[in-house]
Amino acid sequence: MYSQGLTDAKGQEEPADLLAEFQAKIDREEKIEPRDWMPAAYRKTLIRQMSQHAHSEIVGQLPEGNWITRAPTLNRKMILLAKVQDEAGHGLYIYSATETLGVSRDQLTDELLTGKAKYSSIFNYPTPSWADMGAIGWLVDGAAIMNQVPLCRASYGPYARSMVRICKEESFHQRQGYEIMTVLARGSQAQKDMAQRALNRTWWPSLMMFGPSDKDSKHSEQSMKWKIKRFSNDDLRQKFIDATVPQAEHLGLTIPDPDLKWNEETGHYDHGEIDFNELFQVIKGNGPCNKERLQARINAHESGAWVREAAAVFQQLQSEKNKSEAA
Amino acid sequence: MSELKLYEVFIRAKSGLNHRHVGSLHASDAQMALLNARDVYTRRKEGVSIWVVEAEHVTASNPEQEHEWFDPAEDKVYRHPTFYPLDKEVENM
Repeated sequence: MYSQGLTDAKGQEEPADLLAEFQAKIDREEKIEPRDWMPAAYRKTLIRQMSQHAHSEIVGQLPEGNWITRAPTLNRKMILLAKVQDEAGHGLYIYSATETLGVSRDQLTDELLTGKAKYSSIFNYPTPSWADMGAIGWLVDGAAIMNQVPLCRASYGPYARSMVRICKEESFHQRQGYEIMTVLARGSQAQKDMAQRALNRTWWPSLMMFGPSDKDSKHSEQSMKWKIKRFSNDDLRQKFIDATVPQAEHLGLTIPDPDLKWNEETGHYDHGEIDFNELFQVIKGNGPCNKERLQARINAHESGAWVREAAAVFQQLQSEKNKSEAA
Repeated sequence: MSELKLYEVFIRAKSGLNHRHVGSLHASDAQMALLNARDVYTRRKEGVSIWVVEAEHVTASNPEQEHEWFDPAEDKVYRHPTFYPLDKEVENM
């Protein structure tokens, strides 16, 4: 967008009146737009969160891309292709929104490829069976929807608008996943077992997608104050569990949590303890597929270098041509 | 390597509506920008027409002067119909 080149007030004290007006604007539920004044820390937080979000969409193509050539029917293959293409589109919507904060696309790509920027831990898990396509759509996209719906009201305008577009498309992702699970759960014993195993693999990692528990979440409080975030990690996680458990029961599948049970008093499901140590390990780079995922992105970037070079030369030639035509 | 040019994308959802800004993308030239905009922003029939504009050609008002810039419109209440009270007998106008 037309805001590039803004520089942060690095190390400079930010004027109290501007800070107060900024917060008042947010409290009035007015959106912050690219060229509006904003505290450097707000900008930094958004760049971190939005670029992580965009990277997650891009890396998120890999676990499902794994099954495009082996989808069981042509119909499934077309659906999966459309879904993976959507993920690329989602990445682009959010990258373009992130660039309005004055950071370049090259820099964002570089931060992903050098491992400086993170992406959602869920994509570092393998997808060994077709049923994982079902479990991912149903649970991973389901959890993403829980996270993203409140982001449609985030205080930063371009982020909120990109989320509106994305949420419209996510619903297809979740439903196609649940439909895959439905067909398997109503199929042969072997298919049913395959669906159950995929649920077993995906359940806990998808609960971890909501981030650490509230007491350990270091970014939460400020993000709530800035209305980037609207609900706490634990609240969203609970909402997801409450919505998902009946869907599993409907299919006759068992959630792999022996402590899971309905609590009449609270009106929510109680659940077993989440192993956040696993989450931190995966974030640190020690998940089952971290190296493979990053390497796949690096390979794609390197083998696509000639396309970028050709596009740059073409741009040069086109602008020279336009100039000579205008002259 | 230098980045490709940035284009702003505007889409008309259906005839009768204005083109509306939807986001941006990088491309070598306007044709590539149009093609990419179609693939990225209209996968579900979100549009019947697309405009792409090089971002550097957009001239924008300065948000820091928002108040002064739009001030002339602020004290002209007589430009609105509600400024003129109507007698009860004349119900709608």
